[in-house]
Amino acid sequence: MNHFLTIDGLTADDLNGLLDDADEFVEVLHRPIPKVPALRGKTVATMFFEPSTRTKMSFEKAAKALSADTMSFSPGTSSLSKGESLKDTVLTVKAMGTDAMVVRHKATGAPWRIAEWIQQPVLNAGDGAHQHPTQALLDALTIRQHFGTLNGLKIGIVGDIRHSRVARSDIQAFATLGAEVTMVAPRTLLPVDSLDFRAAATEDLDEVLTDFDVVYVLRVQAERGGASVFPSLSEYTGRYGITKGRFARLKPEAIVLHPGPMNRGVEIEGAVADDPRALILDQVFNGVAVRMAVLFRLLGGEHHG
Amino acid sequence: MGDLILAGGSVLTANGTEEADVRIRDGLIAEIGPGLEGDETIDCHGAWVGPGLVDLHAHFREPGQEWKEDIESGSRAAAAGGYTAVFAMPNTEPAIDAGHVARFVSDRGAEVGVVEVVPVGAVTRGRAGKELAHLDELWAAGVRVFSDDGDVVADAGLLRQAMDYLAARGGVISQHAIDVGLSSGGFMHEGSVSSLLGIYGIPSAADDVIIARDIRLVEMTGARYHVQHLSTATAVGLIAAAKAKGLPVTAEVTPHHLAFDHTAAETTDPAYKMMPPLRSTDDRDALRRGLEDGTVDIVGTDHAPHAAHEKEVPWEHAPNGVLGLEWAAAAVNTFTDLDQAAFYDRLSVAPARIGQINGQGMLLAEGGPANLTVFDPTVEWAPSTTVSKSENSPYFGLPLRGKVVATVYRGRVTSRDGIPVD
Repeated sequence: MNHFLTIDGLTADDLNGLLDDADEFVEVLHRPIPKVPALRGKTVATMFFEPSTRTKMSFEKAAKALSADTMSFSPGTSSLSKGESLKDTVLTVKAMGTDAMVVRHKATGAPWRIAEWIQQPVLNAGDGAHQHPTQALLDALTIRQHFGTLNGLKIGIVGDIRHSRVARSDIQAFATLGAEVTMVAPRTLLPVDSLDFRAAATEDLDEVLTDFDVVYVLRVQAERGGASVFPSLSEYTGRYGITKGRFARLKPEAIVLHPGPMNRGVEIEGAVADDPRALILDQVFNGVAVRMAVLFRLLGGEHHG
Repeated sequence: MGDLILAGGSVLTANGTEEADVRIRDGLIAEIGPGLEGDETIDCHGAWVGPGLVDLHAHFREPGQEWKEDIESGSRAAAAGGYTAVFAMPNTEPAIDAGHVARFVSDRGAEVGVVEVVPVGAVTRGRAGKELAHLDELWAAGVRVFSDDGDVVADAGLLRQAMDYLAARGGVISQHAIDVGLSSGGFMHEGSVSSLLGIYGIPSAADDVIIARDIRLVEMTGARYHVQHLSTATAVGLIAAAKAKGLPVTAEVTPHHLAFDHTAAETTDPAYKMMPPLRSTDDRDALRRGLEDGTVDIVGTDHAPHAAHEKEVPWEHAPNGVLGLEWAAAAVNTFTDLDQAAFYDRLSVAPARIGQINGQGMLLAEGGPANLTVFDPTVEWAPSTTVSKSENSPYFGLPLRGKVVATVYRGRVTSRDGIPVD
């Protein structure tokens, strides 16, 4: 593995291998001193061309828990605002001495371009509405911890799938690991053409709600032009919000996940988010472990290939 | 300059094709026949000899964007690709929306002297879509093709006025037929690839609705109307229906829409980003069949140079457009089934007719102008270089069949084996 850019193309063995490694790092993170020297001397640069706090902090925590040094880039204060090109920016940072770059960019494919330019490992921390592969790993890890396997589970992904990199990565990961995935959203938020999505699609949440072992609630992305894709937030909440009423109708063992940040009262009611069967903070914790697993796989020496 | 002999090729005349030699003297075809000898001979055995290729759609970027291309570098690329005449689109800075800008382009083309450079005039002032350009001045400067290429003439009322003005004179509107509302915010064909990539799409209907609307305006005004860079199967059907009604409608396809479909965009390599976008496999196949049966009249390259630094960005940030002049003939020969007569019709005779230029696109005849292209349809090769100022080619590494052996412009050899002759 030279880069970690997409879930697409990974096998169930690939994914389970990474999750097995992540399980070991979960154990590390529970130690009194949650740190190992695996990547001492390595430098990981977090290049977040699109603002993000939580994913960036998670990657930095993961790198530091492996004893790597970190450098970070923020577009607001950088030379990008002086007109420097993306290519020149990443080559400049590389010249300071990096061993890998963690890239988030609002344009689909940007991490691939950067991988061509810098010739060192690139981790995709989210590109456009395309891929967010470490999110898929942390989601899969959270589900696997709870159920032991994803094989045979019924997973509903509810919300703005069309504009969601989380959904695209999650569907590929969940389906590869044997789950049966259903996309639930109004037509304007489903993929225009879902032929190549390994998931069923429906607009009627209430019809399928009771089938699910996992309800994955996507954030309503008002910042991505919500106004033009559905008439009102209250209509959306009425049809697709995970309310207390809908939560009560779920299978008793079903769990609820959300990638954050949540809009309480819109796609998820506060009481549901705070229920023990909503594993949202477990997801956040697992995010550090899976990012350690990926960083270790890319930078940690030959025995992990 | 002594006599040039094109020896032993399959020569395309009004009587069809015959294996013969062609003697070129003083810029004219002096003689067609067997066993000719002269001062310089180009061996054309196994190759086609026909009229020089004519591109109704290229971007030479001069004046205003000479870091991408200029009239000299564009002319050399054209000669390398077998062209003897190129229509230069008016999305320059300033736009070709007045007589003096048109004259600058044709004069600069004549000064370079490698191909005939024919300016296309803007339909609207500054290509801004608000008011008519100086169509009178442009007409007086010899402009016969009018386009806001790069942008659609969106206002149907304004387009109707331009059509009314040009209908009486016989000018042609060349439309960049893409609806603004349906395409805005989109970066590639709306379909399975855009959906997986999470990139906003441009539905095929974006092209189709403008073409359908404009055909109605052609019925109303009687103006000549040419659709640029057809990209959808539905559009091919619309053109066929308009022609069946006898309307003065013509259409063009680019070599890249014949060669590729939207799966080429899966890598998000901006070398495959253009407008209209590469569409589905069915669309691509309909365009190939349309060119073969003549529903699609011509190949226009939409040669659109962009500097390396402009394309070395993520897909969504990259400008639209790819190079094409140097590989169009080979791509057409590779991806469609055209015999020699049909090949030169789509690439030379028909574009010269639509563009209303003299001395170009003429089947070979003694006494006729020596604007000729020798094309060997059997050579297998893969492009790896360009003579353009820019390098945004989707053809590098692509196996192609057929290669331009030589280009002759006004009796002078301007390229040999894809390399300009200075």
